[in-house]
Amino acid sequence: MPEAGTLGSPRDVRGGPPVRGESHARAWTGTGWGFVVKLVIMAAVNAVGLAIVWAAYVEGSWGILAGTLALTAAADWVYFSKRALPSKYLFPGLAFLLVFQLFTMAYTFNVAMTNYGTGHNGTKQQAVDALLIQHERAVDDAPTYPLTIVQRDDELGFAVIADGRPMVGSADSPLAAEPGATVDGDRITAVPGWDVVDRNTLLADQSLQREVLDLRVPVSDDADDGSIRTREGTRGTVYRSTLEWNPQNETLTDAETGVVYAARDDGRFVADDGTALPVGWQVYVGFDNFVRGFTDTNYAGPFWRITAWTFAFAILTVATSFLMGLVMAVIFNDARIRGRKLLRTLFILPYAFPAFLSALLWRGMLNANPDYGIINDLFLFGARIEWLNDPWLAKLAIIGVNLWLSFPYWFLVCTGALQSLPSDVLEAARIDGAGWWRTWTSITPPLLLISTAPLIIASFAFNFNNFTIIYMLTEGGPRFTDTSAVLGHTDILITMIYQISGVAGGRADFGLASALSIIVFLVVGVISALAFRRTRRLEEIL
Amino acid sequence: MATRVQDAPVRIDHRPAAARRRRWLAEVGWKYPVAVLIVFYAAFPLAYVLSAALASSGTLTGSTELFRSVSAANVTALGDTRFWTWMANSLLIAGSTAAGSVLMGAAAAYAFSRFRFTGRRGGLTALLIIQMFPQMLAFISIFLLLLTLGNVVPVLGLNSRLALICVYLGGALGTNTFLMYGFFNTIPREIDEAAKIDGATHAQTYWTIILRLVTPILAVVGLLSFVGAFGDFILARIILTSESNFTLAVGMYAWVSDALNANWGLFAAGAVIASLPILALFLFLQKYIVGGLTAGSVKG
Repeated sequence: MPEAGTLGSPRDVRGGPPVRGESHARAWTGTGWGFVVKLVIMAAVNAVGLAIVWAAYVEGSWGILAGTLALTAAADWVYFSKRALPSKYLFPGLAFLLVFQLFTMAYTFNVAMTNYGTGHNGTKQQAVDALLIQHERAVDDAPTYPLTIVQRDDELGFAVIADGRPMVGSADSPLAAEPGATVDGDRITAVPGWDVVDRNTLLADQSLQREVLDLRVPVSDDADDGSIRTREGTRGTVYRSTLEWNPQNETLTDAETGVVYAARDDGRFVADDGTALPVGWQVYVGFDNFVRGFTDTNYAGPFWRITAWTFAFAILTVATSFLMGLVMAVIFNDARIRGRKLLRTLFILPYAFPAFLSALLWRGMLNANPDYGIINDLFLFGARIEWLNDPWLAKLAIIGVNLWLSFPYWFLVCTGALQSLPSDVLEAARIDGAGWWRTWTSITPPLLLISTAPLIIASFAFNFNNFTIIYMLTEGGPRFTDTSAVLGHTDILITMIYQISGVAGGRADFGLASALSIIVFLVVGVISALAFRRTRRLEEIL
Repeated sequence: MATRVQDAPVRIDHRPAAARRRRWLAEVGWKYPVAVLIVFYAAFPLAYVLSAALASSGTLTGSTELFRSVSAANVTALGDTRFWTWMANSLLIAGSTAAGSVLMGAAAAYAFSRFRFTGRRGGLTALLIIQMFPQMLAFISIFLLLLTLGNVVPVLGLNSRLALICVYLGGALGTNTFLMYGFFNTIPREIDEAAKIDGATHAQTYWTIILRLVTPILAVVGLLSFVGAFGDFILARIILTSESNFTLAVGMYAWVSDALNANWGLFAAGAVIASLPILALFLFLQKYIVGGLTAGSVKG
């Protein structure tokens, strides 16, 4: 913000030069550059806000429209009102917090109550449309037309000659007569507003071929009329869906087999014999996802093992790195050692190296093949040890790598804590005759834990969700062999959620994944509440 | 550790110098070999990656011999990849996140520390509670939110760096306000009052007086936000989908996980270069970090 410099220097003061003898701080009052800057920023905020509101209106996204409108109005009120003084400082942060943290958390709860995911993406009407398209077949007496592929901007279309009349359409606009098209024999060679895609271009471009094969141009606005498709790019055939939608009874009837699929409350079309159509719609399923997490044969077994490993991983990581850091701090917190600053800098190198790079680096170093993996080659005499592919060794490797990553942190923390131990208590212990051993077993640890306990708990909570180290080192592998779910022996809860959610590809199950993340929310919340009670922050504010 | 001392060939001697020397060995001297061991443990992987970065061949074989050859071949070869684009993306995203976090966190801390208003106590408590829940746990709804938002405003949708920055900024207030709030409280209120009497407005007090007095905590929060955004993987991975928008974490993960095309020399060179800004920040801001760590921020 440029306000800082301009406001601070008396040179930019509005209203003439300060009267001699008067404190120039007096002349700060009045409308200055700060106000102009504010006006410009607020004008920009309003412009962006209105642009989003308009775009949301065009798209029919009423949620986004209302949210943007509310935020923009709030911004205007906060910054042009004389009253809301603290809000002027809180608003920007709060706005981001509201949208990208509070809303998303609440939305997680909402999604956890639905069956949202692959096959349950939208409304019932969208599901019906998708099913009708999926079940389109070339009907036996289907008319076939000469077809030309046309293109404009990013849109592909078909130009056909039906009953002697040239017609053009695309995926979004049904076939319509196009009298301006040039017809050469039984083929359209030019269409106003469209570029004709010639056969050589089509043959040379694989992705274009795929798009052409996927393209369906509706014959008319009525979905029951079917659509034009092509298999080879020169002839278009009318496809009709074998399914028939009955809006009154909410049933889909397969015209070929006569099977009737009825809409059910769980968001699927199911026939009497229990078979369901592959596309469903989104409905609220209550706590089904939570129940499924514990009972589904694919997930329940892995879920408990992964939960146990998550706790073991977090506890062992914190315990090993804390102990190592503490021992180091005790050894090197000694004024008689020379070069302590240099040592400290060297010790914290692993901490200053970005964690994701460390994990990837160790992944290479732990490669089982001694030709590539330096650990096996240099320290284990070239033995082929499957560090990352054996269930137990992979766990050991993860804890070992995390120890390397985080011992410097605990070394710094423990050194700081040791240096701030109250000297009078230690002195009193010495006077009372406590020896070195006695001091180190009975006096120092309790004092040390007072200042480090909150950090220990915070570190536990952090490692509980340490996605990066797991994913970068092993990606959760080696895979479990007794389940079809893509889960493995070193998966922790957050990587399991990531895998199930399908946000990175694969089959998505947003509902189940959200339900699991709520469970993790609860675990982390309890842990943090413990940490919170330990800190004195609450006393500061209350 | 004690056995190490006994094993040391120390001649029993009653001369004062020898006794001092023995005592020195028992109390201080043995710590140096231990220090060497730890430095080896801490620095060996880093020396290894540096060596691999400077190796002349880009293959994995022979990579176990440290510093056998020194060449800039790997570094030059980075020019043929998208590495520099990713580096620029990472620096841009992490830099914007750090700047935004510092500005918004400091403003919020100033409001909580200096003004008395209704909802202040409630706001602080709410922030404390929000702070307990890591934002990244809600990654599914963040993904879905951006999916919807992208239909309306493409620059705030998936595969947008701006959207990723906004998501990071959403977590800024919860993470940083308390760290800063405590520090703001240590600045005497008399300073504000003196400025007010001299006619300074609240904005002038904030921008020209308070912000200069709290520089150490601004440095810590800026550094931690920068490191956090620079190293974040899960949110960057689900939000950024096209290679030209990747951050280093996403791009370099793709390099290493692609077992068939993994080029170790290239990765090593990239890793060394990518770690330089963070290493530099850490070493320059060391004294601030030690204070900031014990104030409650965690990395490891």
